[in-house]
Amino acid sequence: MTYEAVIGLEVHVQLKTATKLFCGCRNEFGAEPNSRVCPVCLGLPGALPVPNEAAVIQTILTGLMMGSSIRPRAKFDRKNYFYPDMPKNYQISQYDQPLCLGGEVSLPVLAFPKDAQKEPQALAGKKVRLVRIHLEEDVGKSFHLENCSGIDFNRAGTPLMEIVTEADLTTPEEAFALLTTIREILRYGKVSDVDMEKGQLRCDVNISVRPVGTEAFGTKREIKNLNSISAVRRALKHEIQSQIELVSSGGTVVQETLRWDDARGETIPMRTKEQAHDYRYFPDPDLLPIRTEGRLRTEAERRMPELPETKKSRLRETYGLSEYQASVLASDPPLADYFEKAARSTRNPLTLANLTLNDYLALRQDSPDPMSIPPEYFGQLADLVSDGTLNSRQGREVLAILIQAPRPPKEIAQERGLTQISDSQVLEEFCREAIAANPKSVADFKGGKAAAINSLKGFVMKKTRGQANPQRIHELLESLLREP
Amino acid sequence: MSIAFATIHELRKQLLAKEVHPKEVVESLLDRISSVDSRIKAYNYLHPERALESAEKADVSLPLGGIPIAVKDLISVRGEPCTCSSRLLEGYIAPYDATVIERLRAAGAILLGRTNMDEFAMGSSTENSAWGVTRNPWDLSRVPGGSSGGSAAAVAAQEAIAALGSDTGGSIRQPAAFCGCVGLKPTYGRVSRYGLTAFASSLDQIGPLTKTVADAGLLLEIIAGADPRDNTCEPEPAPSFSTKLGEEIRGMTLGVPKEYFVSGMDPEVEAAMQKAIAHLEGLGAILREISLPHTPYSIATYYLVATAEASANLARFDGMRYGRRAPGCNDLLETYGRTRDEGFGREVKRRILLGTYSLSSGYYDAYYLRAQKVRMRIREDFLTAFRDCQAIVTPTSPMPAFRLGERTEDPLQMYLADIFTIAVNLAGLCAISLPCGFTQAGLPIGLQIIGPMRKEETVLQVGYAYEQSTSWHTLRPPLG
Ligand SMILES: [Zn+2]
Repeated sequence: MTYEAVIGLEVHVQLKTATKLFCGCRNEFGAEPNSRVCPVCLGLPGALPVPNEAAVIQTILTGLMMGSSIRPRAKFDRKNYFYPDMPKNYQISQYDQPLCLGGEVSLPVLAFPKDAQKEPQALAGKKVRLVRIHLEEDVGKSFHLENCSGIDFNRAGTPLMEIVTEADLTTPEEAFALLTTIREILRYGKVSDVDMEKGQLRCDVNISVRPVGTEAFGTKREIKNLNSISAVRRALKHEIQSQIELVSSGGTVVQETLRWDDARGETIPMRTKEQAHDYRYFPDPDLLPIRTEGRLRTEAERRMPELPETKKSRLRETYGLSEYQASVLASDPPLADYFEKAARSTRNPLTLANLTLNDYLALRQDSPDPMSIPPEYFGQLADLVSDGTLNSRQGREVLAILIQAPRPPKEIAQERGLTQISDSQVLEEFCREAIAANPKSVADFKGGKAAAINSLKGFVMKKTRGQANPQRIHELLESLLREP
Repeated sequence: MSIAFATIHELRKQLLAKEVHPKEVVESLLDRISSVDSRIKAYNYLHPERALESAEKADVSLPLGGIPIAVKDLISVRGEPCTCSSRLLEGYIAPYDATVIERLRAAGAILLGRTNMDEFAMGSSTENSAWGVTRNPWDLSRVPGGSSGGSAAAVAAQEAIAALGSDTGGSIRQPAAFCGCVGLKPTYGRVSRYGLTAFASSLDQIGPLTKTVADAGLLLEIIAGADPRDNTCEPEPAPSFSTKLGEEIRGMTLGVPKEYFVSGMDPEVEAAMQKAIAHLEGLGAILREISLPHTPYSIATYYLVATAEASANLARFDGMRYGRRAPGCNDLLETYGRTRDEGFGREVKRRILLGTYSLSSGYYDAYYLRAQKVRMRIREDFLTAFRDCQAIVTPTSPMPAFRLGERTEDPLQMYLADIFTIAVNLAGLCAISLPCGFTQAGLPIGLQIIGPMRKEETVLQVGYAYEQSTSWHTLRPPLG
């Protein structure tokens, strides 16, 4: 019997707001422990929460970007359980009236892991349905030292958005693709940086298996607190395999909550005490219900960005880019914006795209702020390359100089004597010299070794210090060698 | 007569005329406290040096300039303890001022000390305090009421000019009635709760305990009004509540709920109430019988809603970040268990358990949710009643102050002490209690005037008309 997995995700994302969800403390990572706290986020007697509108707007915006229905009335509830990193021993969350209900995320091919992009699952264009999106406060962080434990409450009360999917996923790769897509959408909306290193995306996964073709769900197990997209894929792979092995050898899956040890590649059951909770949710009497219609919703709509998939198809259609080029550009919205500005100053956006994706990205890694090149210079550079004034190596050289000190690229090229030699008469002389100096290669070529022409080309390039137009040399050499 | 015996209004005149200096006011109160508080125990702690220091530089031109105010020990004052009369908060020093404290300071008031209360405001007698019971100034063998018993006793015993209390189900009005002073519970949302240690967030309000109705209006004006730090606070600024003081109540319709005059009421309270009604009629008011049919459900509803909220509100007291942590625990669960077991008193534990139970899965619908529905009915009762009257008059409590220990063994009997005050909190209304007579044994009896939401000026107007035409408020307890 073959089995398939049924997977649902709960994705927790830290929102990018200036202040915490219910107080005025700064929402920032890496500050001195317990330096971003106040009576409210420490749960001191008498302190009261006041909702941060920015976080509510970002959650509504996320709902809009994912096609959710924005509820006209939402409320906050208290989720009760004791834990030292939670100052009030209840978490303010949303139980039965979240801000967003439903929604859908499509999985594009390029969101799948590279090694799975040619598989049918990646090509299927699957849509994953969402159950809900809600807003809640994050908890502090415990540190276990040698003889004692410490708690840093800087993170306590920071806004956390939870996206809950239907159990629509069947493979670890789909989960990977979903998270990659969600990450891109959230970055587009400037809702979160989704920086894994900073724990800005954390994920709980529910997994069960069932024989292919059956409808009923198997018993599910949950893996909590996965903190990277690749860890989700690895954990799911491991868990699906072990459930299938268990079931096909006659065993039964027991409902359980697990932790994933990424270094050892195995799941570890969490203590039972941490599982069977009655959270005793009830509406938080300190907080009024949220009316989303009107100002909050209008503001979210105003911030609605062009979505990644829309941008990709527009880049393909407008500039004639490939699916891959469009995706890479779209994955970096500021870069895409820059590309589009530069494209206004070139006749050949495809060359511009190549310059952007091959040279610009490589150079950008070790330069301070390459975006400082005025986009029109970048566009002009693309023209110099596409009309043959510069070869691609020279193009990159000019680009490097542009990054250091922006000036019109034509000036740089002339000043450095970097213009490509395309003059046929000049080039023909170099070619004749090459043929005269390399009788062996000439003989080889004439004997049928087409590749022998490359050493002749290398000779010319060397003589011209790389300024020859390689295409022209090739043509010239061929015609000279074929001369009777 | 000692300065300590003065009202806010009297003192203001004397201070402005420079007949007394704020320092003399503080000294006079400290004298009074040292001569009577060993018998009453109204205060949990005092700050004589700090009070004298602020008296030194007090600006008497401010609305409360140079006037000392006592504060119930569950409101946050920067740099001071805030024990809520609980062992669990031993050692905690509040790092911030409650909004009402900020407003008192801005109005020039002097913070003299912190008054005793039932632990976390849970009780009706101030017997549930980790720091000892407060006694009724009119009869030291009796309770002052609660939970703001310390504030009420301090005002009645002339150990305070005025005080702040908090009222969740009657905790300002019932002790005011038992001690023969004035207690005002403002409309829910009228006064910011920021800095008030929460018992039941949807019911709690801070309010004044004073010697006169006019003082209650003045103190409320200082502390009321919008506060961006409390999401449930009314966004508009508070009006002047005292504008209608002195306006006659002729022609005003006052409702008398028939459900409040049932068996079980102390006959002396009932007699005083009938006299008060006749007196109000004498002032030209039209008294009309009204019905509040859901009254019998108010105690059950209150104890489900209030305890549910309390079970979560009090979860933060775990000894992890502040307060007293049980020593010598081996693990986390033991620390939680023993800290809370040793730190909380019996009544607090009882209510946390009750609240936890009513929120538990499987019981939520039958208890918490049903209680919320009944709460809506109780609110509708009042809305309907206020179509036919401008205010409602009732006794504040069905009995006068009871003896210490008399009801501690029977929580239900204790809960009945709040039977006439609880519905006001459930409906979010405002109400005042003021003296309307004494029993043969010399115990004060309280008259409650309930107004619609945001109609504090009406209850103050009626209260003032009654007070100014009677002399109950001029009597002083026999403390020597
Ligand atoms: Zn804070």
